[in-house]
Amino acid sequence: MVARKTIGMIKFGILSPEMIRKMSTVEVKVAETYDEDGFPIEGGLMDPHMGVADPGLRCKTCGQKMNRCPGHFGRIELVRPVVHSEYARYIEYFLNAFCPKCGRPLVSDQEFTEIVSSHPKKKRLKALAKKGASVKKCPHCGFERTPVRLDKPTNFFEGDRRVWPTEIRERLEKIPDADLERLGFDPKNFRPEWLVLTVLPVPPVTVRPSIVLETGERAEDDLTHKLADIVRINQRLKENIDAGAPQLIIEDLWDLLQYHVTTYFNNETPGAPPARHRSGRILKTVIQRLKGKEGRFRYNLSGKRVNFAGRAVISPDPMLDIDEVGVPEWMARIVTVPLHVTEWNMDEARKYLEAKDYPRALYVVRPDGTRKRVTDTNREELLEELAPGYVIERQVIDGDIVLFNRQPSLHRMSMMALKVRVLPGRTLRIQPAVCPPYNADFDGDEMNIHFLQTKEAQVEARELMLTTKHVISPRYGGPIIGLTKDYITALFLLTLPWTKFTKEQAMDLLYAAGITELPEPDEDGMISGRAIFSMLLPDDLNMKFPSTLGKHLVAVGLADKKGNGPISPITVIENGKLIRGVIDKAAVGTGKGRLLDYMYRRYGEEFTKEFTTRVSRMANRLLYMFGFTNSYHSLKTPEEIDRKIDEIVDRALKKVYEYVDQYNKGKLEPIPGRDVEESLEIYIMVTLSQAEKEVQTLLQRHLLETKLDPVHILDNFAQIFSGARGSFANIKNLMGVQGQAAVREKRPHRGLYQRVISHFKRGDLGPFARGFARRNLRDGLTMDELFFWGMGGRMGEVDKGVSTQITGYYYRRLSNAMMDLLAFPDGTVREVTRDTIVQFTFGDDGLNPQKLRHGEVPLDVLYDEIKAGEKK
Amino acid sequence: MAGKRSILDHVLVPKCRILKEDEVEELLKKYGVSKDSLPKILADDPVVKELGAKKGDVIEFVRNSPISGKALYYRVVV
Repeated sequence: MVARKTIGMIKFGILSPEMIRKMSTVEVKVAETYDEDGFPIEGGLMDPHMGVADPGLRCKTCGQKMNRCPGHFGRIELVRPVVHSEYARYIEYFLNAFCPKCGRPLVSDQEFTEIVSSHPKKKRLKALAKKGASVKKCPHCGFERTPVRLDKPTNFFEGDRRVWPTEIRERLEKIPDADLERLGFDPKNFRPEWLVLTVLPVPPVTVRPSIVLETGERAEDDLTHKLADIVRINQRLKENIDAGAPQLIIEDLWDLLQYHVTTYFNNETPGAPPARHRSGRILKTVIQRLKGKEGRFRYNLSGKRVNFAGRAVISPDPMLDIDEVGVPEWMARIVTVPLHVTEWNMDEARKYLEAKDYPRALYVVRPDGTRKRVTDTNREELLEELAPGYVIERQVIDGDIVLFNRQPSLHRMSMMALKVRVLPGRTLRIQPAVCPPYNADFDGDEMNIHFLQTKEAQVEARELMLTTKHVISPRYGGPIIGLTKDYITALFLLTLPWTKFTKEQAMDLLYAAGITELPEPDEDGMISGRAIFSMLLPDDLNMKFPSTLGKHLVAVGLADKKGNGPISPITVIENGKLIRGVIDKAAVGTGKGRLLDYMYRRYGEEFTKEFTTRVSRMANRLLYMFGFTNSYHSLKTPEEIDRKIDEIVDRALKKVYEYVDQYNKGKLEPIPGRDVEESLEIYIMVTLSQAEKEVQTLLQRHLLETKLDPVHILDNFAQIFSGARGSFANIKNLMGVQGQAAVREKRPHRGLYQRVISHFKRGDLGPFARGFARRNLRDGLTMDELFFWGMGGRMGEVDKGVSTQITGYYYRRLSNAMMDLLAFPDGTVREVTRDTIVQFTFGDDGLNPQKLRHGEVPLDVLYDEIKAGEKK
Repeated sequence: MAGKRSILDHVLVPKCRILKEDEVEELLKKYGVSKDSLPKILADDPVVKELGAKKGDVIEFVRNSPISGKALYYRVVV
């Protein structure tokens, strides 16, 4: 059980001099730290009463050693009081709010009551000071006063007369508790005179440890340096006062003391020159330690760093499983994993301890907690004493469980567990199929690896975080680990109806996937690609789904939804044999990936892992045989197509000119709710984008008609047909028309007077003057076309940068706000503490989105399982 | 615009009722919580006023959910 305590109240206040003395263990009087023998000086800044920072020594206050002694405060008795610079503003308020003589507020009781009742606690003092500042005569005792002015950072003046801290303190002391209470202060925890320091707390040695340099010299902490300055000036001031030095000299020293105390608190106080180290480096004092990004709060408390972690550039390795990470050998040699010695694993432990080279034990931890580094000299000894209860810290080996992470960690799949494979090289390697959840690529990405140390952590990671548990994304209920890019292209090429291999080639491919059986050859003695792919499928698999290629075909009317076409638009798998259609993005890609999705749900993690690995190795092998390429010539279109494209574009252009003409004559019919200019723009944009769409469809049909054959398919179009990469919109830009350039969803319109660029006449609203490019990327754009597209391109780049930042921060805030909401076993969503219910049934339906397919219950899997008798 | 209309009849207002004493007890027992763990609804909420619920009452809402048809919610009046 976790011990839970409730914080009833936190009280903030100012330390009273009395309290500072009470908590102090020693008065610091000497500015020195250590004597010649290296021992701390009594009454010095390193007095052992304030705790110890060196191992071995004992604290003179609590008698504990370094690790146990929490440290104790000391104090410096200031000979003359000084203002606490951080509260100077409040001292000014107090001095202007209260009478210096009688200590009452400088307003009448009635006005005071009014201020108290009309302001919240925090604002009362300031409001009173504002009123009181202009008061010449105290309404309570009739004293003639002069307003007090703060000369930043710490000097107070009454007209031209300097008000010294002693006088300030006297004035503040007179303020009655009752008045403070009415201003919202608690006089037990706060008295205004405490803002003028008469005694300064000296933080424990543990807060400002000195470090011993290699040369044996001691280097003191910045705070110690600053405190030494204070003690030194304090002593000098005392000597001068005792010796009866002239007032002027005393005041100079007093100001110097004030300066040192000011910079001790905040070395960035406006108006005070920063105190420097002898080397000229600016000292880091109390506030600098806490403040900002590198301060105690944001750097150490909100942000923590861990051991047993590594980071390296990542690279792909198709020979890995999807639940494996390739760890470079040099990394595996450095990092250790504990092995708890029991009577049952003694042999294993001895093996690591005996080993002279990798994998060996680096450390031995005895039951009493002492650690020994294993060296050639003490190995025998350690082997001798090895017994159950010992812990051996051995180097990382194959099979160890690690967490693997890529920033930004936007969802839970950004940190998954993987099994180690120690490999040569200097990079961390992953199977390319696990790139999508991490959103990783290999253009220099780096990733972090965490070597799990406890058995609990290892088991938890293996059961909950393994990549194979995250094949289906809970965001959309489809595979997020799946094949991408060239693997899809390869499988597409493999499963085309005409793809055939000789027996030798088939063996090559199958062996790459670890299969040593050959399927039955066709009559001609060849083995079809489909038959080879079918070897990877389970025998009882029956599926039917539209392929990506099929969708492309159907869209241009080359195939119907029933399955008729040059290549079946519907992929059919019967009894584990691919009968019709192709394997492409719709089967094995991320997002949809019907085959992967079904396989994962029906046959489980292990099978899917196996399948993914096999398929990608086979695909890899296939691409060694086939390859695919792209050339300028493959982008050529027949004259007939060119003519058709020109026709479409010309027709649209003519229509646009008609609209412009109508607009110029004032005859254009505006769209309801829009003015004429807007309407013109909309008419033009719609006309042109329709034309572009027509060109795209024309080209899509043309390509699917002419390139879907054994020869032309290798002209790169396989990538588009299979959905691996590229789109028909890209094809339109390459082979058809580049089309309309757009800036913020509008035609470019800003630039020079009444025109965008000087290639056109003023007031020209025609398609070319506003960024329509009728040429394509194959033939090249004209310079004005390029310029217009440059405008759109620039906007895109700027938007990308800006919007990722903004949405990234929105997302961070959202996830931070929701991160401690949990779904509990009874179906409720509550805060981690269990005692605040947020939702009575998770998602109103109690369904786990990861178990659904795009939000729907995958009934087909259930049906097939029941049919196969796997479930009742 | 004749006749008295109730905001409870509006399509966008989920169906709601005040839970009886024993129902409240059953609900709290089911989830193993006390009243202050439930989501809250302000006493000056128009629906609460219309129902005439007092502070400490628990109101049951039947929300229409695009996913599950309807979903039950409970809020305590504060």
